[in-house]
Amino acid sequence: MWRDDLRGMLYIALKDLRAYYFKPPNISWGILFPFAFVLAFAIRNPGELRGLVPGLLALTVLFGTSSMEAIVIVFERRIGALERLVLAPVRLPALLAGKLLGGMVFGLTVTLVVLVAVLGAFGAGGVHWLLLILTLLTSAATFAALGAFVSVAVKEVFEAQTLANFIRFPMMFLGGVFVPVASLPPGLQVVARLLPLTYAVEALHAALAGGSSPEAALDLLILAVFAIVLFALAVRVLAQRLD
Amino acid sequence: MMNDVIRVAQLTKHYPAARGALPVRAVDGIEFAVREGEVFGFLGPNGAGKTTTVRMLTGLTRPTSGSACVLGFDLMTDATRIKKRIGVVPEMSNLYDELSALDNLVFSMQLYGVPRCERRARAEELLARFRLSEKRDTPFAKLSRGMKRALTIAAALAHRPLLLFLDEPTTGLDVVSARNLRQMIADLRDEGVTVFLTTHYLEEAERLCDRIAIIVRGHIVALDTVEGLKASVEGRTTVEVTLADGNGTVRTARFEGENVAAAVQAALAQATANGQHLLAVNTGRPTLEDVFVQLTGLSAEVMLAEKGKT
Repeated sequence: MWRDDLRGMLYIALKDLRAYYFKPPNISWGILFPFAFVLAFAIRNPGELRGLVPGLLALTVLFGTSSMEAIVIVFERRIGALERLVLAPVRLPALLAGKLLGGMVFGLTVTLVVLVAVLGAFGAGGVHWLLLILTLLTSAATFAALGAFVSVAVKEVFEAQTLANFIRFPMMFLGGVFVPVASLPPGLQVVARLLPLTYAVEALHAALAGGSSPEAALDLLILAVFAIVLFALAVRVLAQRLD
Repeated sequence: MMNDVIRVAQLTKHYPAARGALPVRAVDGIEFAVREGEVFGFLGPNGAGKTTTVRMLTGLTRPTSGSACVLGFDLMTDATRIKKRIGVVPEMSNLYDELSALDNLVFSMQLYGVPRCERRARAEELLARFRLSEKRDTPFAKLSRGMKRALTIAAALAHRPLLLFLDEPTTGLDVVSARNLRQMIADLRDEGVTVFLTTHYLEEAERLCDRIAIIVRGHIVALDTVEGLKASVEGRTTVEVTLADGNGTVRTARFEGENVAAAVQAALAQATANGQHLLAVNTGRPTLEDVFVQLTGLSAEVMLAEKGKT
């Protein structure tokens, strides 16, 4: 049964990447959107460009993994194609994991392009590679799970886009991408601590600064918990929707 | 002796009350068995519980209570093993628009674990069988409705299932495509594949099915061969009487009676009383539609009209 699940997961991810993800509009959107936001901020504060790199990477992972993920499941449910996957000998958590894997691979590919560009511009000296890789992986899993949760929670594609933006945009401004969380008003700092992007940005800051502090390990742990909880919720809601 | 590939006992699906609505007893303790190698028809008006039954038997929906054994496996505990051995063609053709006909078939086989070395040949074989070889590289979105239907069936057969569920396979197809599809279903039966067919077309059911179950409001109200079902309403022979009046106006009237003689007598008495003379008398045996009307209280036309609304 595990073999069936793993096989199903792999082929669902490959099919999604081929059918939905690796299309020119998605690639350009995934790369340009975070760049546009960061450049807009950097033009106003040119001296802080290097400090924005962790936020840029975190935003790229967030939008790269969750943008299509939030649409794919609800779209396939609308056209009946999701039922086709549910009818296959693959258990529901594996099916959803396949969907997440597709989003993660796409998000990480786009992030890799951005990472190469920023390391080329600012240099790769002092980067803690293991922490960087672990942070990108856990962040991608968390944001893909967030996208999947949004996608199973709604009935229409436009609702998925609205809900995804409703969650992502506040997260973008409160998650430490442009302004450090510590400089936010106390009430907003509490809100920021409830957002996974905050932990992704913090861990990326640590990784790019070459440190692997206990705080960074805690950030990764919290991200992993977010990923597991969001995934479990998505499986549960999808099972209810299918019944 | 033929084995049962599906055995259902007291299978029930209740949906809790939605906002402002009553709870729905979609399927209410049904029992039936499907024999190996037969085409089993599952008929009923809209909302009778056909789709819910199929969804339960294919592992899409969890039953509220009761039990079902499919291909020797318990539906409650072995759904994955069942899924591996069945093929399902839903009412809506639901392959991937972006993938070609060939890639859709290959993806189906990947999901079901067909060995890599067999996939290509099997896909080509299915494309040839369903007359789609020339469309092998065409995206699913660009195929005609009949071709989409054929490819959806081909995808359900890709892993060589022992049992095939077909939900309204010919709905929306033109006459030629529907006829081809019926021939394909007949061919599958000849190859030993058991077919579970839901359809609104009574003529289709009559032509294809070895046995038919009729479900009404979540209960199975009849289950027999087509001849057996007709025999159950045999007493209600139909008589069509064609009459003409003095002006040459011809009118056909349909009578149903307990026996032919009484029906003809009634027709002649009516003709005489109205100053008409008899042109022809035709007696007819009950059709599946007569059976359906008697059991469901709906005419086939009403059923199809309902279908058109959905």
